[in-house]
Amino acid sequence: MSRAEAVSPTEVISQRQAIREPSPLWTFGLLRSELLTTFRRWRTLALLAVLAAVPILVGIAVKIETSDGASMGGGGPQSGGPAFISQITNNGLFLVFTALAATLPFFLPMAIGVIAGDAIAGEANQGTLRYLLVAPAGRTRLLLTKYATTMTFCLVATLVVAVSALTVGALLFPLGDLTTISGTRISFAEGLGRALLIALVVAASLTGVAALGLFVSTLTNSGIAAMATTVGLLITVQILDQIPQLHAIQPYFFSHYWLSFADLMREPVYWDDLVKNLGVQALYAAVFGSAAWARFTAKDITA
Amino acid sequence: MAPYASDDSTTAAGEVDDLRSGRRKAARYIVPVAVVGVAAATIGLVPAIADSGDPDLPEITAQQLIEKIAQSDVQQLSGTFKITTDLGLPDLGGLESSLTSGAMGSGSGDGSSADPTAKLTELASGTHTLRVAVDGPDRQKLSLLENASEYSLIHNGKDVWGYDSKSNEVFHGTADEQRAGEEKTQEVPATPKDMAEEALKAVDDTTSVTVDGTAQVAGRDAYRLLIKPKQSGTTVGAITVAVDAKTGIPLKFTLTPSSGGAAVVDAGFTQVSFAKPAASTFDFTPPKGAKVTEEGELEGAAEAEGHRAPKSEGELRKELDKELDKELDKELGGRKSGDELGKAAHGGPEVIGEGWNSVAVFDTGGEGVPSGAEVGGDMGGFLDSLGDKVTGKFGSGTVFSTRLINALITDDGKVYVGAVDKDTLVKAADSGK
Repeated sequence: MSRAEAVSPTEVISQRQAIREPSPLWTFGLLRSELLTTFRRWRTLALLAVLAAVPILVGIAVKIETSDGASMGGGGPQSGGPAFISQITNNGLFLVFTALAATLPFFLPMAIGVIAGDAIAGEANQGTLRYLLVAPAGRTRLLLTKYATTMTFCLVATLVVAVSALTVGALLFPLGDLTTISGTRISFAEGLGRALLIALVVAASLTGVAALGLFVSTLTNSGIAAMATTVGLLITVQILDQIPQLHAIQPYFFSHYWLSFADLMREPVYWDDLVKNLGVQALYAAVFGSAAWARFTAKDITA
Repeated sequence: MAPYASDDSTTAAGEVDDLRSGRRKAARYIVPVAVVGVAAATIGLVPAIADSGDPDLPEITAQQLIEKIAQSDVQQLSGTFKITTDLGLPDLGGLESSLTSGAMGSGSGDGSSADPTAKLTELASGTHTLRVAVDGPDRQKLSLLENASEYSLIHNGKDVWGYDSKSNEVFHGTADEQRAGEEKTQEVPATPKDMAEEALKAVDDTTSVTVDGTAQVAGRDAYRLLIKPKQSGTTVGAITVAVDAKTGIPLKFTLTPSSGGAAVVDAGFTQVSFAKPAASTFDFTPPKGAKVTEEGELEGAAEAEGHRAPKSEGELRKELDKELDKELDKELGGRKSGDELGKAAHGGPEVIGEGWNSVAVFDTGGEGVPSGAEVGGDMGGFLDSLGDKVTGKFGSGTVFSTRLINALITDDGKVYVGAVDKDTLVKAADSGK
C-alpha cells in the first residue's frame, strides 16, 4: 500500500518521540493516519458514492411513480417496498427512513464488510503490515485503531445515506410536521432529531458485522478472501434468518433486530427490540473483537 | 524475518520456550470463549433468577378475587400487551392475508386496509404485540405493532379512527355517544378484563375455580385464578387469569389445552402503568395524502359479503375481542355468545350440550365439503389431508381439528363447532339428528 508506506516513515519519527515522551495522544495520531488512509482510498469513496446513490434512486422512483397523483403502495397491506415508502410523497423526511431501511439489510453491511475485511488482511496482502508493526504501537493498539476506523466508517456511511436522503427528500417532496407510525403528530424539528437518532442506531447496528469482519481479516493474508467471507457470512445469516424452523436461534443473529430502528418512530418509542439489537451488537463486538485480538496478537506475521 | 510487536515474546530460542509461548498464545483464546460463556450464562440465568420470586400476598378465596375483579374501576391505564395464539393451524403467513384481502377486495373492489375488520384475522395466529391506552370511557387507543409499521384504533370522543401506517390509509367512523356511555360499565378496562369476565360467566357446577398461588406479571404482584372444567370431553385443559393484587385488573390470560403442550392462547401485559396517558396519544388527524375511508363507504360492500360494518367503538372492540377469544365464546356457550355468533353468521345457531361441552350448530344449507374422491386428483388428496372422515347416525362428514376447536361439517351442510374432542362432536351430531 503506497500510502501506508508513505505514512510509515513519519510514524517512525513520531514513534521515536513517543519513546522519549510517551504521549496519550499517540494513539490518536495512529487513528488519524488510519482514517486518512482509509477515507482517501478510491475504493472507500466509491462505496460511499454507491450508498449515496440509493436514496437518490428511491426518491426519483417514488417521484415518477406518484407523478400522476397516485399514492405509493396504495395497494393494501401487501404493497411491497421497504418500510415507510408510502409516506414519502407526503413528507420528504420519510425518505431518510426508507433509504436506511433499504440499505441496512445489504448495502451498508456489505460496505462495512469490505472495509473491515480489508483492515488487517489487506495490509498483510500488500506487505505493509510488518511496517505498521515495526512502530512500537503494539498489536493490540493497532487492532483497536483498525476497529475504531471501521466503526467510524459505519457512522460515516450511515450519515452519507441519511444526508443524501434528506437532501433528495427536501428537493423532491414537501417537508413539514410528520405523523408517527402510531398516528400521533410530531414537529419537523423533532422528526429531524429522530432521524438523527435512527442514523446513530443504524450505525450501532453495524458494529457486530464490523467486529466479525475484523476477526475474519486476522485469519487470512488475502484481503479479497476476508471481504468475500464476511459478505458471504452476511448473506448466509440473512437467509437463515428467514427460515421459520430456526426461530429458536434467530434472536442471536446479528441481523435479526436490525429493522427495529423503526420502533423509534412509534409514540411512545418501543424500546424492547432496540435494546435487544444493541445487546446483540455488543455481544458480537465483544466475542469477535476478543477473538480477533487473540488471533492477531498470537499470529506470526510473515507478510 | 518477521517483525514482532512489543508485547509479543516470540524471540525464544529453545524448543521449550517455543512450547511455552505456544501455550501462551492458545491461552489468549480463553478470552473470547469466556465472553461467550458469560453471555450464555447471563441469557440462561437472569430470567430464571428474575422468575424465582413469586410474591408473598395474603391468602384470598376465589370468591374474593372475583369480587375484586368486579369492583375494579381503573379508568386510566397504558401498557404493552402480548398475545400468542397457537391453534395448531399451519402458519399461512402471507397466503392468509392475501386470501382475506382477496375476499375483501372481490366484494367491494375498494377495501381499505385501515378497516378494523380487515385486521382482525391477523390476530388469530402467531404472536402479536399490542399497545393499550385508556383514559376514561371516551378515549381509548389500541395499537397493533407490526414490523416497521403499526395499526392504530383510536377512540376519542365522537370519532373512531383506524390508521394503518404501512399503507398510509385511514378509516373513520363515529361513536354513538349514547352507546359509548352504555358500554362504559362493561367495556372500559381493556382486553384481559373482558376475557376474564367471559371465563367467569361459566362458573357453575361444570367448572372449578380456585386461587392458585401468586405470580409476577409485568412487574406487578398478581393472584393466579385457575379455572378448570370438571367435565370430560372438552379440549380446554385449564384457564389461568393473573389478577393484579392492587387494582383487580386481570393482567394475564392463559388457556392450555387438555392435550397438554404449549398454551393455545397466552395474552398478557408485559408492561403496564396506571398513570394517565398523555393527551396527545389520542389526538389523531389524518396525515396529508392519506387515503381516508369513511365508515359509510364500506358498509354497503361489507354487508354484501355478510360482514357487518362496525357501527360504534363498543362494537369495534367487541368484534376485536370476539376475534381474540372467539374460541372461548364458543365453548363457554351461554346465551350471550350464541346471540353474538348468531348476529355474525347466517342464521342463529343451535347449542347442543352444556357448559364446556356446548357445541354450536350452523346450517349452511350448502353441500358440505366435497370429499377428495369427488374433487379428484391432487386437490382431492389435499382436501382429504385437511380433515378426518367420520360417519355416525347423522350420516357422514369431515372433522377439521385444531388444538382447541374442532369442527364437524356433515355432507348435508350442517356445521358443528365446539371446544370438544372428536367423539363428543360426533355424539352431539347424533343427538342433533
